[in-house]
Amino acid sequence: MKIEPFASFTGTPVLDNVPSQELAIEARGLVKRFDGFTAVDGVDISVPRGAIYGILGPNGAGKTTTLRMLLGIIDPDSGYRRVLGHERPTEVARRIGYLPEERGLYPAMKAVEAIAFLAALRGVPLKEGRRRGQELLEQHGLGYAADRQIRQLSKGMAQQVQLLGTLVHEPDLVVFDEPFSGLDALNQGKLERMIRSLAERGTTVIFSTHVIAHAERLCDQIAIIAGGKVPFAGPVDAARDRLRPQVRLETRASDGPWRAAIPADARHEGRFWFFTLPESGVEPLLRALIEGDAGILSLSIERPGLHDAFVSIAGEAAARALEESAQEEAVKANQKRGRR
Amino acid sequence: MLRNHFAAAWVIMRRDFCAVIFSKTFIFFLIGPLFPVFIGAMAAAVGSQVSRDIDNPVIGIAMPAHQGDSLVAARNGLAPKMAGFVPEYTVLERLKPGETFDARTVLASKGVKGAPQLAAVVTGTLDKPVLTGSSERVDQWRGQIALIAAEAGAPGPRTFPEVTEDKIATTAAKQHVDLAVTAQAGQVLLFLLTMLLAGMVLSNLVEEKANKIIEVLAASIPMDALFLGKLFAMLAVSLVGIAVWGSVYGVLMLAGMKSIPLLATPAVGWPLFCVLGFLYFAMAYLLLGSLFLSIGGMATTVREVQTLSMPVTMMQLMVFFFASYALARPGTWIETASLVFPVSSPFAMLAQAAQSPVLWPHLIALVYQAIWVGVIIRVGAQLFRRTVMKSGPARGRRGWFRRPAELPAR
Repeated sequence: MKIEPFASFTGTPVLDNVPSQELAIEARGLVKRFDGFTAVDGVDISVPRGAIYGILGPNGAGKTTTLRMLLGIIDPDSGYRRVLGHERPTEVARRIGYLPEERGLYPAMKAVEAIAFLAALRGVPLKEGRRRGQELLEQHGLGYAADRQIRQLSKGMAQQVQLLGTLVHEPDLVVFDEPFSGLDALNQGKLERMIRSLAERGTTVIFSTHVIAHAERLCDQIAIIAGGKVPFAGPVDAARDRLRPQVRLETRASDGPWRAAIPADARHEGRFWFFTLPESGVEPLLRALIEGDAGILSLSIERPGLHDAFVSIAGEAAARALEESAQEEAVKANQKRGRR
Repeated sequence: MLRNHFAAAWVIMRRDFCAVIFSKTFIFFLIGPLFPVFIGAMAAAVGSQVSRDIDNPVIGIAMPAHQGDSLVAARNGLAPKMAGFVPEYTVLERLKPGETFDARTVLASKGVKGAPQLAAVVTGTLDKPVLTGSSERVDQWRGQIALIAAEAGAPGPRTFPEVTEDKIATTAAKQHVDLAVTAQAGQVLLFLLTMLLAGMVLSNLVEEKANKIIEVLAASIPMDALFLGKLFAMLAVSLVGIAVWGSVYGVLMLAGMKSIPLLATPAVGWPLFCVLGFLYFAMAYLLLGSLFLSIGGMATTVREVQTLSMPVTMMQLMVFFFASYALARPGTWIETASLVFPVSSPFAMLAQAAQSPVLWPHLIALVYQAIWVGVIIRVGAQLFRRTVMKSGPARGRRGWFRRPAELPAR
């Protein structure tokens, strides 16, 4: 088994080595406060053109607020953003497709008209929008529903219609906010395939999710948001590499000089040993086990998944945020007491 | 950039217009104005019947035999020549010499046979008539009774001189009053047409918010384009309504029905007055509409819109009253204020069109009002973004004066 070199990761990464013109989205120090509550606190994001980029975070982490700022729906209190080379995202709205978390279409509109309307909002003539809408609906097996009103469609179907409306104008950048929520497993698979094919055509796809498996399967890069901050941004592998691999060792012998190679905090259950692979790597461990006559029955080294990395990174960040907030509260309380 | 704004506004306008026009409820919008007409006609019919039944007073006569009949005859002879209303006279009793009549008791009783609407009684003699009745009636009819009694007491042939008629088309005073009436009629019509607006525009953004489509719209098009599109859609809907009602009115006129009183020709002439009326209607609609759209945009539910409806209607009434009040005070600061205040300006300017033939102020006024429409839409859209979409900086320079942040050094 090939073990990836460990990445030593500190701070918030930005793709500093990537020229700005190769970035679909570049944001630095985005801050957004709502009524005294800081929803987003200095977010840096760099999304290369043509990438599939995931924004991961627990509920209320600030994912949607970040996306809304990137799209120009809301303006940041401070910070800088550049989307498709423009500092005002609304100027390039016609090149962007957006599927919000809270889906919505006019209920009285026919499916094909809804797609044509969304296309028209992005500058596609109505007639052309209708043609493309009909074509897209047929391609995705919804041709029979083209003339049905949105209110007559199931929730999932309406969601698919909106998704097609998001893509009908062939955008350069597609932003999905929690795109998988509300879809059944079959449609989730379909959406994953659609996202891949968009990226193959050169479209940049950025989506938020709190379901890590989708991001792990799809994303080239991710940003983890927790407590309004980005504790990690970079390739999926780099996130996984932040955690050391886990070793499961089965030995015939229960004791011997080889025991010195096993970390002190290893868990021992019968013949099994569970521990984190030491920094020195697997080779010194194997040598010690063989030379010490441990009698290796089985050995597996498991690389942590994105889920584990996410839990670790987001958990740490959330704990830090809690700590900071408690400290702030304490300072405020002290100040109050001082004033009295 | 501006082209994209108008293109986006056009998309919104087309959607909203079609959504309203092709909805089943649009028919109620079209027939809506018939309800007040119908109710008004019913109220008038009932009122007229009540008036006939109740307000038809009669004066009873109780005098010596021939004097009562003479009084009635004199009344019948003079009534056509007298201005104002002359009640019917009826002889209650022909008194014999020495006989008296208790008028107070008769008036206090619930009804007298043959004179159920008895409002006063004349007793005494033609030389000294006594009028008994309520204070208002006595004050009202005292002179009339004296005149008719005098006529009855001096019977004989009497000729009234023939008056030679010399009619002129109008007087300066009458012309001024007539033009003021035309101006007021124009204002009333403008007010009635814009009255339709409040409820329709107030609730205009609730649909988008309820359907959650506002998020997609906000990401796709500028917010002022959304406002502009919605506003013009409602204007177009109202124009459809006006076209339908106008056609019905035209057909009725052709069919020979006279449904409105004739008004004096406005100072700018009827064709131009109609054109200006249309333009000022559009401006009044856009000005009030942009204001109401901005106010309604803050509402998140239908209930909140309903709560806002009353103050908004009151506001419309105040604007109308202000413009009407200013009409009666030409040359004063009140008139100037009504011309300058954006939402009352179309009403005041329409009144100007009725009263003054000068045209250039209308051009200035229309441009001025159009600028205000733009300003209100812009401010409303910014307000919507800040308060509803929760956008905008928490502090520091805002809105138009805000520069994008600088790219930090890499």
